[in-house]
Amino acid sequence: MKEVRNLFIPIIRMSLIILLLCGLLYPLVSTGIANVLMPEKAEGSLINNKKGEIIGSKLIGQNFTSPIFFHGRISSIGDNAASSGSTNYAPSNPNMIKRVKQSILDLKKQNPSIQVNKIPIDLITNSGSGLDPDISLQAALIQVNRISNETGIDKIVLEKLVKKHIEGRQLGIFGEEHVNVLKINLDLFKLMNK
Amino acid sequence: MIYTILTIIIALFIIVIVAKPFGHYLAIVFDYETVSFKKTIYPVERIIYRLSGIKQNTQTWKQYALAFILTNGFMMILIYLIFRLQDILPFNPNNLKALEPTLAYHTAVSFITNTNQQHYSGENNLSYFSQMAGVIFAMFAAPASALSISFAFMRGLSGKAFGNFFVDFVRAITRVLLPIAFIMGFVFVFLGAPETLGPSVIAHTIEGAKQEIARGPIGAFLSIKELGNNGGGFFGANSAHPFENPNGISNFIQIILMFLLPTSLPFTYGKIIGKKKQGKTLFIAMLMMFLIILGITLVSEYQGNPDINSLLSQNTHGSMEGKEVRIGIGQSAFYSVVTSATETGAVNNMHDTLTPIGGMMVLCNLLLNTVFGGVGAGFINIMMYAIIAVFLSGLMVGRTPEFLGKKIEGKEMKLIAVTLLMQPFLILVFSAIALWFPMGYHSISNEGYHGISQIIYEYTSAAANNGSGFEGLKDQTPFWNITTSIVMYLGRYFSLITMLAVAGSLSTKKLVPESSGTFQTDTAIFGMILLGTIFIVGALTFFPTLVLGPVAEYLTL
Repeated sequence: MKEVRNLFIPIIRMSLIILLLCGLLYPLVSTGIANVLMPEKAEGSLINNKKGEIIGSKLIGQNFTSPIFFHGRISSIGDNAASSGSTNYAPSNPNMIKRVKQSILDLKKQNPSIQVNKIPIDLITNSGSGLDPDISLQAALIQVNRISNETGIDKIVLEKLVKKHIEGRQLGIFGEEHVNVLKINLDLFKLMNK
Repeated sequence: MIYTILTIIIALFIIVIVAKPFGHYLAIVFDYETVSFKKTIYPVERIIYRLSGIKQNTQTWKQYALAFILTNGFMMILIYLIFRLQDILPFNPNNLKALEPTLAYHTAVSFITNTNQQHYSGENNLSYFSQMAGVIFAMFAAPASALSISFAFMRGLSGKAFGNFFVDFVRAITRVLLPIAFIMGFVFVFLGAPETLGPSVIAHTIEGAKQEIARGPIGAFLSIKELGNNGGGFFGANSAHPFENPNGISNFIQIILMFLLPTSLPFTYGKIIGKKKQGKTLFIAMLMMFLIILGITLVSEYQGNPDINSLLSQNTHGSMEGKEVRIGIGQSAFYSVVTSATETGAVNNMHDTLTPIGGMMVLCNLLLNTVFGGVGAGFINIMMYAIIAVFLSGLMVGRTPEFLGKKIEGKEMKLIAVTLLMQPFLILVFSAIALWFPMGYHSISNEGYHGISQIIYEYTSAAANNGSGFEGLKDQTPFWNITTSIVMYLGRYFSLITMLAVAGSLSTKKLVPESSGTFQTDTAIFGMILLGTIFIVGALTFFPTLVLGPVAEYLTL
């Protein structure tokens, strides 16, 4: 028993010291330095409008529903960034097949010119986070017709806009090519208000 | 696809280059004979020793194990109290309530055992104080504990004194975890991860809607989460969340960090026992297993879901459900295999939505728990299989098996047999209970064969101290909190202690001089026998369960 008692003091004191060091000092110092060196990123890559109001984060997807904008991926949480996550449908879940069928119907309705074998997979599947800010290039291009019809902006202008917004793989290798929906819609918004 | 293969090649290239020198660095870090870092880190450590009253005396394996268990136990209580009292503690700008007792208990056990299974969503349930003083603290303490134990184990095998738990623990933090985490934290912020203590912000979108955006000190959280093979997410969506994995390169760096410690330890071991070739043999054997599992997973994920493909006029699309566009199918699958192989448990896509075979491969990594495995604990598990392989080989030729010149006898084999049986016992018995009682099976969210997989995955993840989940399972109930806590606890401490006992027993034995009849344990043949042992033992134990879950789902799709 004496052996155990001898251990008590170092256990208690060391645990508290490590808690202070790793649990408080480390994150607080990191936060302090990061906010001095990279304030914009440390705050969450927020985008402000001219009035200084926050209109979103570059990294967080938004739920665009109006036909005049590019639409993002399916989010079972409605892109509510106060939380995150998805439905976790297994490949065998019948509800997922139902949802996919519905998405295909909706896409065909909104974009009548679309062919079924051209539908990009990312537009009919739920993202992992429910906050995916991006869509594939193909997913952006198939929406051009609809947006052109709704806004009167020329298709060629819109296609150029999409091309401008392609974000490639990092260092040419890592990740996948994508289009950030919020960023492209902000530019689209500017075009419309010209 | 080609970019994924390129990513994998670059990652493995980096690991093959870095693992050996880093492994040797670890050997120096934990060496007691020469004082290193005299002018830099050592003075800081001396202050910690003095303030804590650490005497730096050599411990026996029993004292070492006792110090380990009691330290972890005390830390668990601290973390539990933080979760229970977070409503009155500071750094709670979003005014979150305290966790209920079973959830706080489950979360405390989960983090101190390096599991990081989460039955809550960080952004909705934990204050910044809990995320820092509770979670980040445990994310340092848990891997530091396991790293210490693995060094005591290696010292025991090589006939040296076991060392002092407190000294090892402090060194693991000051010389390995903290410096790397500190630097990598900024790299993640640079890549886009937020690092703020400010509350959630409200955005006014151009469509006129309101969007609340949760934030937090994520960069610093992220680096230790991956480096320590912890894997618990700051957010519910873990590394699928854009703040927790902003782009392809952050994804790649996370993979490297998860790999770093588990792949280095075989080389550390080779150096400490003075047989470098043996460390290399273990590394190559593990790498081969890793590549097989990775290959199968990639093929399955790229083939996607036949039911969805048939709706798109038979075009083959990969499985994109539950994945993120910026990361893509291949690099998500790669991440999944690494996070399960290294028992990290971070996810950048939802494992529940993986194709049946992809999900089964990830599950296999957890069941085998030896494809590198988590910091320290995984290495010790590999050594357990190595000793079993030696024992089986000895039986086949009718010689008393020897390992590192020590006779493997009844006492060691009894300990190892019990350790080996503990894991299937925990997984199968608790899965059976959950499938038997409504409290368990009512939590299934994907009915049918996949529901069985959800339950097995939950307990396997707990037993292997991985922490990822088939997260559709509605596991935020007292039943799941309590049963998985038991599994995590035994999955962690039982095997580490019994294996330390094996090292303790071996360390007292006389060295048997090597002769021409000695079975060499640093050859390709031994590597193959080791792989065979792992495969046979693993396959025999879990094959029936895999057939009931993922295989049945695959066949019926």
